[in-house]
Amino acid sequence: MAGLTPTPVPSAIFAPMPAIITVDNLSKTYASGLQALKNINLEIRRGEIFALLGPNGAGKTTLIGTICGIVNPTQGKVLVGGHDIVKAYRAARSMIGLVPQELTTDAFESVWGTVSFSRGLFGRKADPKHIEKVLRELSLWSRKDSKIITLSGGMKRRLLIAKALSHEPKVLFLDEPTAGVDVELRRDMWRLVRSLRESGVTIILTTHYIDEAEEMADRVGVINKGEIILVENKAELMRKLGRKQLTLQLHDPITAIPADLSGHHLELAGNGSELIYTYDTQGERPGIAALLDDLDKAGIRFKDLQTTQSSLEDIFVSLLREDK
Amino acid sequence: MNVHAVRAIYKFEMARTRRTLMQSIISPVISTSLYFVVFGAAIGSRIQHVEGISYGAFIVPGLIMLSLLTQSISNASFGIYFPKFTGTIYELLSAPVSYLEIVVAYVGAAATKSIILGLIILATAALFVPLQILHPLWMLLFLLLTAVTFSLVGFIIGIWADGFEKLQLVPLLIVTPLTFLGGSFYSIDMLPPFWQKVTLFNPVVYLISGFRWSFYGLADVSVGLSLAMTVLFMATSLGIVAWIFKTGYRLKT
Repeated sequence: MAGLTPTPVPSAIFAPMPAIITVDNLSKTYASGLQALKNINLEIRRGEIFALLGPNGAGKTTLIGTICGIVNPTQGKVLVGGHDIVKAYRAARSMIGLVPQELTTDAFESVWGTVSFSRGLFGRKADPKHIEKVLRELSLWSRKDSKIITLSGGMKRRLLIAKALSHEPKVLFLDEPTAGVDVELRRDMWRLVRSLRESGVTIILTTHYIDEAEEMADRVGVINKGEIILVENKAELMRKLGRKQLTLQLHDPITAIPADLSGHHLELAGNGSELIYTYDTQGERPGIAALLDDLDKAGIRFKDLQTTQSSLEDIFVSLLREDK
Repeated sequence: MNVHAVRAIYKFEMARTRRTLMQSIISPVISTSLYFVVFGAAIGSRIQHVEGISYGAFIVPGLIMLSLLTQSISNASFGIYFPKFTGTIYELLSAPVSYLEIVVAYVGAAATKSIILGLIILATAALFVPLQILHPLWMLLFLLLTAVTFSLVGFIIGIWADGFEKLQLVPLLIVTPLTFLGGSFYSIDMLPPFWQKVTLFNPVVYLISGFRWSFYGLADVSVGLSLAMTVLFMATSLGIVAWIFKTGYRLKT
């Protein structure tokens, strides 16, 4: 996308910041009796990219909807920038931009018209320069006079982002921003999110593409059946829960693991031609150096080795399994 | 007060009218002209005068009321129903706007449209029949109060409706019959005594009577009562709207 320079920020340099959103004991029970949120406590730090992960129906959209004012909370309190979302809804909502999951637009309105409308709705004075900037950044400038009905799905998605950015929000909610979006647009979206964060916007995104969270998020929250089951710095999460595997391709296949190596909890694979060593990245077990040493002593030679690290997806799946 | 938001919604709604100029303005004008042809020319030639006024001229206030009522309801109900239907209401609900501002903007736009329409019909009527307006300021006041009141009614219907059928239901089954039976085309003095009494339960009678009085100084009921009933209507509608927003009825889950 024009005007957006991708500037990846390693999460390691990201120091904890004060909370911009505080969710305190939030619950939501729908009229049907469905309890969509159960005593949610969550803090979103100023300036971070927070990924909310969860399977379908976990409560992601309800949580976002409640913070944004679309869903009435049953119990609990939410502060946005220190403003209560019920008592000081004007101040709270003025800070928020919301990009909904569904592509909901007015078919017959023009791109320019609908983005200007959003700015006005959020109480901001007309500013054609800002609208132009947003439309240019989202590659929509050439379509500014087009009716929304003539836009492609990807353009509509960008239009919804433009609407959400029209009033210069401090917090941006992206509900499944890349659902049904092609690979190129997805990367553009990631670049956009990073550049927004660079400009100081706090971003909360929900996704079920785990690689998206892995690629972008500073912190990850996992929600399941209306409960937050984990909130963790992404790198920390990967470190804590991530497992590494070292696969050694042996020079000569073996039929059994020698007794001397039993302390390493190895697995034999590939008809005896591969040894697999699984270890926690925190490394409580004997290290790789000791293993290699022991292999040498046992006279087992290898011709190649590779390591693989569990992805956030593996971690996510195992978390949900534990939660069952 | 979020003035920018009120302006944005109002402008959006008025732009919708311009986009749909045919349905919004031209078709009501055509249908009103047809009423003049049928009631004014064909039937009017047999009735000739009602209380000293030519029948064609007598029905003008009633015809304007008929359009004003139905258009106010349809404009306002569609205006708020459509965002619910398409899902764009999320933006309205998440915006820093108060309920009062939402109502002022939507109802204001719907009322503006129907007042413009009422004045266009008045101008159209002037081409067919000789008109006199004895109390123009009262005429405008009744026009304004009725447009706002029935735009509020339309707003309520738009929020209540969960399908296009329901959007049509109240105007078709309640408002149109009440308007036809409310003295649009006749003076209630022309009815048998029993039906005169029954008619007094029809709220539209008071609107039409007051409006007609502002034209010709003729009224079925006193103008004060007409005004009081119109204001009562408006207060009731406002009360219902306030309740809707307080509870989030059909808007928020």
